[in-house]
Amino acid sequence: MIDFAFMYEALIRLVGGVPLTLQLSLIASAFGVIFAVTAALMQLSDSRVLRAIADAYVFVIRGTPLLVQIFLIYYGMGQFDFIRHSFLWALLREPYWCAIFALMFNTGAYGSQIVRGGLLSVPKGQIEAARSCGMPTVMIYRRIILPLAIRQALPAYGNEIILLTKATSLASIITMMEITGVAAKMIAETYRVVEVFLVAGGLYLLINFVLSRGVAMLERRLMRHTRTDSSTRSVQRRAA
Amino acid sequence: MKILKFAATLCMGLALFGQAEAKEWKHITIATEGAFPPWNSTLPDGSLTGYEIDLYKDLCARMNAECTMISHSWEGIIPGLLAGKFDAIIAGMSATEKREKVISFSQSYGTTGQTFAVLRGGELEDMPHSGEVFSLETELPGAEKAVADIKDLLKGKVIGVQTASIASIFLDKYLADTATIREYKSTEQHDLDLLAGRVDVIMASMGYLSTAAAKEGNSDMVVSGPRFQRGFLGRGSSVGIRKEDTDLRDMFDKAISEAKADGTIKRLSDKWFGFDVTPK
Repeated sequence: MIDFAFMYEALIRLVGGVPLTLQLSLIASAFGVIFAVTAALMQLSDSRVLRAIADAYVFVIRGTPLLVQIFLIYYGMGQFDFIRHSFLWALLREPYWCAIFALMFNTGAYGSQIVRGGLLSVPKGQIEAARSCGMPTVMIYRRIILPLAIRQALPAYGNEIILLTKATSLASIITMMEITGVAAKMIAETYRVVEVFLVAGGLYLLINFVLSRGVAMLERRLMRHTRTDSSTRSVQRRAA
Repeated sequence: MKILKFAATLCMGLALFGQAEAKEWKHITIATEGAFPPWNSTLPDGSLTGYEIDLYKDLCARMNAECTMISHSWEGIIPGLLAGKFDAIIAGMSATEKREKVISFSQSYGTTGQTFAVLRGGELEDMPHSGEVFSLETELPGAEKAVADIKDLLKGKVIGVQTASIASIFLDKYLADTATIREYKSTEQHDLDLLAGRVDVIMASMGYLSTAAAKEGNSDMVVSGPRFQRGFLGRGSSVGIRKEDTDLRDMFDKAISEAKADGTIKRLSDKWFGFDVTPK
């Protein structure tokens, strides 16, 4: 019933969409991290104004569907003459950048909560100890808070990157020919839903497998001090 | 023995019932897109309106059938028919060779041809052959010359078109090597992008474009360039039906012939298009 020759043909065509999917995902998560850290620091700051701005950003982005955000950025912005005549239009004219903006804002809002959780998990005592050693705030962040917070946030952040990679499929609705876009076109031409989407799903699975392996490796590297293999155990015993 | 008899009766009953269901088309569910005026569109209150809405009511009355019309997304409409979610497609769908491999079509109930629209006052406003109609079946050399004439003008331009529409087949065949083709889920989306300046040209049916250009807020949109029809662009809009439902197709064919003969199709097309779309 399932036509393997056709599935191979679908694979060849859908692989053509992989570079765009990866680009959207990588660029959006790279900029998204900056948004996430900024929003998290703002939420934890002493300034009421900064807190309010960050809270509003997270509230709006988390409370509305990404699909709606993409439509608003792509079709919404194009309706206003003043945007079409501003320098922003050079970017907003292109569906590519509209997709990147939407994904970046989105992952930034979710990411900020992960980063915030990481920052809050740093024990107060360690910060106080650093301060009593006379470290300036920037150095405390660099040496104490960020290394601990990053280790804490990494597993959840890896999850967020996987979610973002899957969310890139929504870019197909604003004419981006990434994996799902190519799949939709192919289905429209051949009316064969099952084969094409099976292949598309398989490609996402493969990408996310590599991604999750990568995050797991990074995690193992950063957490090697807690690993309880035989050599460290004997060190611990001796220390005891 | 008794059980055997019972089973036999049951089987016969089921067979009769199954047959009766296949023969009688008392109730027909029809799918449309609801986003392709003037063929079909959706009013602000969610109800459907358009040429095909008026037409299906007329056809169903002729077939003595009770019909329900539902709206369905364009790109999933043929899979939906094949999956048995509804019995017929009346959605401005042209009967093309490619689609006929998968489903069957009634005779056509309307055809307007495919053409282009651009921004008013732009450099493409006066494309050659504006207003001329070329058949890809009977005058292919003339049609291909018309394509060659507009090809230079379209070099490096971005052309918007609906995914899986016959206009997109035309663009893939004739203009994909000169211009960038951008595919949209619905025609209304490429209209917005033409007005926003993201695409330079859009291609769709004449019926759709002339209506869209007349809509409020679309005054900057203007129809330009040659019009193409027939050949691989299809016979014209037809009712899409599952291949096995030949009886239903015959019913639609008969009803459409009657509606053509008594002028109903002409009357409805004047009302919705402003010109006669009756297939000759």
